[in-house]
Formats: sequence, structure tokens, C-alpha cells
Amino acid sequence: MSLSPTDLPNSYIGRTVPRPNLARLTEGRGLYVSDLTLPRMVHVAFLRSPYAHAEIRSIDTSAAENMPGVVRIVTGEQMQAFCTPWVGVLAHLKGLKSAPQHPMAVGRVRWQGEPVVAVLATSRALAEDAAEHILVDYSELPAVVDVLAALDPSKPVIHDGLGDNLAFERRLDAGHVDAAFAEADHVIEQSFTFGRHTGVTLEARSIVADWNKAEARLTVHLGTQAPHMMQNIIAMHLGLEEPQVRILCHDVGGSFGIKVHVYADDMAVAALARMAGRPVKYVADRLESFVADIHARDHVVHGRIAVKNSGEITAFEIDDLTGIGPYSMYPRTSAVEANQIVNLVGGQYACPNYRARARVVFQNKAMMSQYRGVGHPIATSVTEGLVDLAAARIGMDPLEIRRRNLVADDAYPCASASGLRFEAMSHHASLNKLLGMMDYAGLRTEQAALRAKGIYRGIGFASFIEITNPGPAFYGVGGARISAQDGAAVRLDATGAVIVQSSITEQGQGSEAVIAQVTATAMGVPLDRVRVILGDTDNTPYGGGTWASRGAGIGGEAAWQAGRALRSNILTLAGTILQARPETLDIRAGVVVDAEDGRERLPLSELARIAYFRPDTLPCDFQSELMATRHFVPREYPFAFTNGIQASYLEVDTDTGFTRLLRHWVVEDCGTVINPQLVDEQIRGGVVQGLGAALFEHCQYDAQGQMINANMADYLVPMAGEMPDIDVAHVVSPTLESVIGAKGAGEAGTAGAAACVVNAVNDALSPFWVVISEIPMTPALILRALGRG
Amino acid sequence: MNITLTVNGETVTADVLPRTHLVDFLREHLELTGSHLGCEHGVCGACTIRLDGAIVRGCLVLAVQADGGVVETIEGLSDSGEIADLQAAFIARNALQCGFCTPGMLMAAQDLLLHNATPTREEIREHISGNYCRCTGYQAIVDAVETTAKQRARAQ
Amino acid sequence: MKASAFDYVRAKSLPEALDLLARHGEAAKLLAGGQSLLPALNLRLSAPEILIDISHLPELRGISTTATSLRIGALTRHVELQNAALVAEHAPVLTQAIGHVAHAAIRSRGTIGGSLANADPAAELPACALALHARIVMQSPRGERVIAADDFFTGLFATALLPDEILTAVEINLAQPGDVHGFGELARRSGDYAIVGLAAQGRVQNGKLAALRLGYFSIGTKATLATKAAAILTAGGGIEAAAAALADDLEPHDDLQADAATRLHLARVLLRRVISGMMPSLKAAA
Repeated sequence: MSLSPTDLPNSYIGRTVPRPNLARLTEGRGLYVSDLTLPRMVHVAFLRSPYAHAEIRSIDTSAAENMPGVVRIVTGEQMQAFCTPWVGVLAHLKGLKSAPQHPMAVGRVRWQGEPVVAVLATSRALAEDAAEHILVDYSELPAVVDVLAALDPSKPVIHDGLGDNLAFERRLDAGHVDAAFAEADHVIEQSFTFGRHTGVTLEARSIVADWNKAEARLTVHLGTQAPHMMQNIIAMHLGLEEPQVRILCHDVGGSFGIKVHVYADDMAVAALARMAGRPVKYVADRLESFVADIHARDHVVHGRIAVKNSGEITAFEIDDLTGIGPYSMYPRTSAVEANQIVNLVGGQYACPNYRARARVVFQNKAMMSQYRGVGHPIATSVTEGLVDLAAARIGMDPLEIRRRNLVADDAYPCASASGLRFEAMSHHASLNKLLGMMDYAGLRTEQAALRAKGIYRGIGFASFIEITNPGPAFYGVGGARISAQDGAAVRLDATGAVIVQSSITEQGQGSEAVIAQVTATAMGVPLDRVRVILGDTDNTPYGGGTWASRGAGIGGEAAWQAGRALRSNILTLAGTILQARPETLDIRAGVVVDAEDGRERLPLSELARIAYFRPDTLPCDFQSELMATRHFVPREYPFAFTNGIQASYLEVDTDTGFTRLLRHWVVEDCGTVINPQLVDEQIRGGVVQGLGAALFEHCQYDAQGQMINANMADYLVPMAGEMPDIDVAHVVSPTLESVIGAKGAGEAGTAGAAACVVNAVNDALSPFWVVISEIPMTPALILRALGRG
Repeated sequence: MNITLTVNGETVTADVLPRTHLVDFLREHLELTGSHLGCEHGVCGACTIRLDGAIVRGCLVLAVQADGGVVETIEGLSDSGEIADLQAAFIARNALQCGFCTPGMLMAAQDLLLHNATPTREEIREHISGNYCRCTGYQAIVDAVETTAKQRARAQ
Repeated sequence: MKASAFDYVRAKSLPEALDLLARHGEAAKLLAGGQSLLPALNLRLSAPEILIDISHLPELRGISTTATSLRIGALTRHVELQNAALVAEHAPVLTQAIGHVAHAAIRSRGTIGGSLANADPAAELPACALALHARIVMQSPRGERVIAADDFFTGLFATALLPDEILTAVEINLAQPGDVHGFGELARRSGDYAIVGLAAQGRVQNGKLAALRLGYFSIGTKATLATKAAAILTAGGGIEAAAAALADDLEPHDDLQADAATRLHLARVLLRRVISGMMPSLKAAA
């Protein structure tokens, strides 16, 4: 194997180095949007709909207008002149329909929590005081809550103009499904239910919008994953040109997909800033977050699997039904999760026969859209749940059936039954590595010994595939102005230090560290000489941002290319100064050296001094270029697929239904690992989000469409006491689409965690002949399954 | 109402509304924005600060209740160097991602180490179980606290 | 969300606090540790006109013993309760229970008086007070009044406190030889309110369980003594018979965590576990 360009002697790629931004954050000196105060800033509180579905008969703001501190009160009707509505559809999701959505309700409210009136006041408390004095006369309408009810012709249609509540339907039929089921030794069916949950970023969504009338420019401080997308959309709907909008993204208190969407209240704040002519701040309070942030999942999937006695899996079939709230989210839509599920089910197995249907329906609940792992946890849970059921039916060990069916490691390139193209994955190597970590045989022995004492422990597995590094196939081809490429501009300053401007963003993943590591390696400079600038549409190249596990793979490669280009420019300059051929020189540790023997020739600080202050000493026909910009987007494959396998060991208390997580293992393959620690922590954090979904998290609604646990005491997020230690390891199959070879790792943890925990619970409960296929698996649910309580 | 209290060693006198809770007071009156608000109903722990030597939920104490009290925030603990080793361990272990929970988490962790110099991993998990972190999955935090405890024990 | 506007006054003595309470009546709320009141204020679920801060009243502080009783001042914070040697000696069920109450940053502020007066059916301390046969001491302009915990908790967040009364202390009989206690709760996450919980106090006399009191919480509208189950156990009727009797003792409710049937099931599981822990011999018999 030849050395790749990233295997430089002074490479930071593959090394754990601390993130440059952490000292600030550990000292309480971060700058989150919620920390921001601007001169003459006012605060907004939204009066939100208490009903899931109602006509607005009238709004009386007169009493509130005279309350202390009130600056302005604006209704949805009044805002129409300042912000145009939007429709969350994409052309490539054929047939997807939605209705125009306004920043605040006009005429009718369609979910509990929809913004109805905005109150601007000199403090948030005074805005809330005034909001209590606004009288809205609602006429409640019957709500569509349950996903099945949404398709019932006797139920109300949420948008009259759309005809029915079916937003999107996709069907897929690959191979010979009917024949495979007919010829199978066993066909196993199971329904799977996935509760709604949500992101619960610790910093709620926050925005400060500042309209400068003299400049005719709107500056928006926003915790967002996609600054340029937001620039485009805010400009478009506020009737501005894109250059009139600047998006600034400071520190962001967690995101996970929650902060990649266009929210009605954010758009309202942008419009309010223009209307008021002064800075407007909005920080969602926690109760608002639960009903105004996007929710995720909420799927019911009926699955079937065909298997031979040999263990060969011969067909998968799924039927997915999901509810997305009253609108498809803008601009990424709310059909992507269902679409992903259709794409992903069975993708880890060499099974050519696959049929799927997905239906996406409107309902009067909070809106649903992309959250970490989009579709993956559901596809993995259904696939791996069915595989475990098949294994149990034919009496085969769950690992053995996986060995017999996982796509072979030497089968690449290849494609899944659903048409996904795979460049290189490592299911078998990953499985073998996992076995080496967890002492499977020892755990089975322990399980058997404890079971004899009435202690029920279970072991569960989940193999998965993960979509990362998306190109334009995700959104661009559907007409959305969401950049698939990212850029980096690298320059050498006058002291020989390096500044990188990158279009990706940081929400804690370590984007800043990764860009610095890649650039330092590409150029041959010490890491502490590299400073990274992110999150400013005025000061970074145009790009997509950080989502769908694309930051390192796409933004990182752009930084690599830009760093190499600048290195080349520097060596040309150094050659001119030193009267040497550039190819005989190299940059190591921030010094130009002889490539051959490493002899130091010229520190970059001296080179920069000459370039910037004494160009008169250089030949007349030579102009140094100490800034280089490059952009990158993968071209060969629409996505870089990664893979992995997880295992869970847990104990179920069959008297109480309580589940105790004992240990969790993950092996995943994200190609080149740029910073092992950051990748591992992405995996761990993702796993725990999946564990939350498996055991705790659930947006619970009553029959009227009221979310009944919309607070942090009743919506249970995973906390330290109940979470296990998680062992993480890697197999490395780099993508050849880029020089650095990195794929994404952000979804992997979430993709498989819930699936293997469900499988482990079912393994623990196997003596009771119980199969649980619903999450979250609450104590009450487990007791009900056991026929106790 | 007029209140006088000590914040990070400095005497502060201010006129506050009774309804202003301690973290809003710190953030808005004193511009000490290191203490965060994650839920404002006492569940998430992002607002954890020290009042009269004990950690409290800053959103569940009114500023007027702290009249005459001694308040210490992440800024104060950073400047005094009291938790420099713990902060270094958090950085080395990447025990924070977005960093929003971190000031409160450090407050809770230091409180544990002051009361229990050699906590087990279970005890660490239990003590920080009132501090929500969405990013890390907690293990890195437990590691960093454990490492700091061991380092301090060795230094004794 | 920010609290509605209110006034605040810090009382310096018990008479002053009583006077303020008499003056403001229903418009006032007493503020001690504030760990239940502040969330309610911040969520605008409660909007009093004035808060009377009683947290600085010297008369409500301290843990002491008399010849017959352990007296715990109402302002005793949870963390003080947790660490008090006198409490561990005379009311160890409190010491055990308090570790389950929320988290360190809340136990540093919350008070025993506040918890009892709030009478949250899901709180640990009211059930402990029942199990311990505690007496609740209250003060009003008319003087001091003492009632048994059994008579104190009257309903959902409701107590025998009159509008002009302040809870000043809790009294518990000193420990006797043979005292045994047990505690258990089933909470989804550490520090959460339990789905159901049990505080038990009894005495082993001649190898048998006597004077047993079973204080259940998070089941029904208030902390509840399971008297029939306790009677069966002290009469030697066995754990299963006692567990069956819980259907008569308790009025389980439905909520987001569990329905009534599940709750009753879990109450029975807890009974078996807590009693077996107190009396290993009973476990063997079962």
C-alpha cells in the first residue's frame, strides 16, 4: 500500500489533539446567541396557539398595547406584508405536497404551539406580561392526531386546498419479492412503532435580528447549521437581495439537525426586526421548544422478512406510515425521513428482493423533520428486528445469521436492492472487531448462569449503514438552494500564521479542530499557528454548512485542497527567494526546508515578511499569492456510505419493567479518522441519543392534539445515571472520492443504538416468549408485554 | 429592590425586580453570561452556580434571596484557578462538545470532588445526574472527573 | 418563561412572618427553599402578589432532641437532613429517603418544612413523615398547634395548615431498640419523581415485626399509609396477603408513567422488596 498524501511525517490527521475553542467554553466565555445584547435591543414573546386546530375569529391586542414596556404587537395577518409564505416541497420527492406556511398563523391554527401574535417589549418578562392580556377568540376544530386517522376520509382535511392529508407516498419494488416470500422456509411479520421525540438542544433556538436602515442590511445572529441557506431564505421571503442579509453563527448550544430548518418564529423575528427598525431578540423558552422545534420519528412500520432454513435472507418488505404535523418543513421537507427508510432497509444485507411503501401524512401536531440520523434508527430497527426474529425462528445465533447475509467485504463497489451505490464498506471486519471487544461467549455464559437465578440479561446486535457526505442528490436536485459543495480560503498572514475561512459550521462536533488539523497537515505548519473562522456569510466561502455528516468529509477536503494550493504558492515564493526549484523544498513545522534532508531554509515568518513588506526584493515579474481558495463536492457517488455494528448488554427487571444498561459497544467505519477522540465522542453522543429514544424520550399527545409532557420534568432525556460506558472502535475504509478519505460519523451512534437495545431486551425476555417492537420501551410497556401490572 | 451581595469576590449592589432569578441577574445585570439557562424550571442544571458555598439551581433562587449572600460563578472559579485542573481534564478528554452544559457541569463536578475526593464512576454519574448534556453521552465527563480526582489524590 | 411580577419581603422573625401572612392572606406565598415554588413561578403556574421569605427565621432552624423526641426545624435543608447524625440515629428512613430527592443542587436549598407543606403526592418526605408517625408543629397568631402527620396530609397538594399558619417543625419519637426501617422507590431516572415509592418503619419484637407503618407515595392524590397491609404483616399474615391488601389501602392513579393497575403492581413489588430487606426471615418464608 502506498503512502497517501495524508501520511506526512508531521501529519495531524489521525491524531487526537485538543479543540482550540474548548478553553473558552470551559471558562464560561463562549458567545451563544442567547448571550448577545445589542444597543436598543427589544425582546419578543410569542403568543402561541393553545389548540391543535382552530379558526381564529378575532384578535384583540388593545389591552396589551398599553402594558409597560410594550414596543409593538404584530399579528400574523399584519406580518403578511413583510414576509411571504413558503411551501416545503422538493421536486425530486415526486408528488410531495404541502401548503403555504406563514411566519405566524393567518386565519387558522394547525398545531398547538403555532405562533399567533408577537409582542415586542423592552424585556422578555414584560413581553410575556403583555401577551397574557391579548384576547384571541378561537373556534376549535376537530384535530387530526393519529397517523391512521389522517387517512380516514371521515376525518377533517387539514389544508382544504390539498384535497386530503396524504403529503407523500413512495413505492419501491426490487427483485422478485413475491417469489422470494413464496419460496421462503419462513416468513415472519412484525409491526414496529417509533415514538415521536425531539432534539432538546440544551441551548434553545435563539436569534437576534438587527435591521440597519441606513445600510439597508439585516444582520442575523443565529445558531444555525447552514448560514448560507438561511441567508438565501431570509432574503427571499423578506423581499431583500441576498447581499442585504448577513448570517452570523457564534457558539451554538447543540443542534443535531434541530437548527438546520427554517422555523416560522425565526422568520417572524427577522421580519419584526425590519418592522421595528431595531434589534429583536428571541430565545425560545423550554416549553416553547417542545412544541415549536421539529420533532422526529413517529413511524409505524409493518415489516416482513423471508428466510431459508440455511439462514439465507431472501426478501424484505416494509410499509411505513409517518405523521409530520400540518406542514412539510421548509426547505428540506418532512418527507426525507420516510424516503430514507425506504432507501436504507436491508441495505446492509446481500438480499436483492425488497418491496417498500412509505406514506407521509399531515396531522395537527408539531412539525416533524430531519433530526440526527434521519431515518436510520427506524430502518436499522426494522431490519435488525426482523433479522433477529428470523434467527429465532430458525434457531440460529443472531451473529451467525448476520455473518451469512451481510454484504461481503470484497463485494464493492456494489448496490443495494433499493439502488444505493456503495463504494466500500466493512460489515464483516466490523463484526469481527466487535466480537474481539465484547467477549460474546463469556457474556452468553454469564447470561445463562444469571437466568437460572431469575436475573434476565440480554445481548442485542445491530448492523447498520449510514449516509454521509451527501452531494446535490439530497436537496440541490430538488430545487433547494442548499449548497452541496463547501469551500475553504486559506491565507498566510504577515507573521507566518495561517487563517482558514471555511463554510462549514461548529456546533460542538469539533469542526474547528478538524479544519485546523487538515489545513496544518496540508501545509506543514504547527497546529497552533492555524486559526479557523466559521459561521459568517460575509467572511467565509459559500457552502452548505454542517449537517448530514458532511463537515469533515466535504469541508475538510476543501480545506485540504486549499492548504495544498497555498503550500504550493508558498514553495514557489520560497523558491524565488532561495533561488531553488520549488519541488526541492518542503514545509515542515512552519519552516521551509530542503525536501531531501530536512535542512531548515526559511521560516514562514521570514517568508511572509518578505512577501508583505519587502516585495521590492523579489523579481519584478513575480507576485506572491498567499491566499488560496478551493471548493469540493464528491462527484462519483451521491453519498459516501459508512457502516458499523453495535451491541448492547442490559438487564431487565421483570418485576418492575425497568431496564438497566450495562455496556454498549460500537465498531464503525467512517473512512479516514481525522481526530480519533472527536470521532469516538460523536459516536458516544449519538449512541446516547439513540438510547434516549429506546428507553425514555417521547413527545406524548392527547386525543385533542395537546402535547402533555412538554417540559423537562415529564419529557425524559437521558441523564448520566442511567447511561452505560460505551466502547468504540474503528475499521477504516477510506473513500477514494477525496484525498483525505474521510466519511462522516455523526449519525452512526444514533443509527444503531435503539435497534440493538430493543434486540437485547427481547433477548433478555426470550424465556417469556415476548417480543417488544415499540420504543420508548417504558417500564409500563415492558410490564404490559409480560402480562404483569 | 436594592440588594448587596458578593459575586466572585466583588461586592455588588444592584436594584432588581423581585421576580428576577439569580441567573438572569448575573447574565443581564452583571453580564456574567457563563451561567446558562436551559429550562428555567430546575431540571437541566445548566444554571448551576454556587451560593454561600453550596451548588444551587440559579433559576430556582431569586436574586433578592441572595441579598447578603456569596455567589460564585464559572467565571469566578476560572479566574481563581480553583478548577483549572478539572477544566484541563475536560479539554484533554473532549468532555464537552457544544459547551452549553459545561459551566454547570463543572460546578457540579467540583462540588462532588470537594465532598468526596475519591468518587467511583457510579458516584460521579449519580452526582452529575441533575445536569443534562445532550452532546457527549456523559462518559467523557465521567472520565474527566475521575481523572481529576485521581490527580488530586496523588498531589495530596 | 419569566415569572409574573410580585413583591417580596424577607421576614426577620416568626412573629413578623405571621403578621405578614395575616396581613396578605391568600395573596401571599411563603418562600422557604423555593425548590417547588420557583418552578411554578417561572412557569407562571403560580402568580402570588407577594412572597414572604421565611428562610431566615431563627425559630425554624436546627435539629435537636428532647427526652422523647427528635425535633427537626422546618427550615432544615435536605442536605442537612442527609448529613445529620441525629437524623441517622433516630429517623434513618429519612436519611435513606433524602438521597432520592432530586439532585445535590436542589437538596442544598429544599427544606423539610417546605416539602411537607407542599404535600406533593410524589414527594418522599410526606410518606416518611407518615411512616415515622411524625408530628407536625404549626404556629399561628393564636399560638402553636401540633397534629399527627396522619391528619396533616388532606389531599392533592393540600394540608391541614390554616391560611394564617406556618409549619415550624417536625417531631419524631426517639428511636427504640429493635426499630427497623426500609425505603424503596421506582424512578425512571436518578432524582426523578418515583412512579411509586414506599417508606416503611417498624420494630422487631420477639422476632416479629410490630408497629409497622407503610407510607406510600406517588400513588393516589397524597402520601398514604397502607394500614391493612401493615396489619396483616404484623399479624404474621405474610407478604403476599399484605400485597393483596394494598388494593384496599391504596387508590392508585393513572399518569404519563403508569396506569393505576401498573402502579398497584409496582406498589406490591416494592412491598415485597422493602419488607424482605427489613425482615430477611419474611423473605425466606415467602
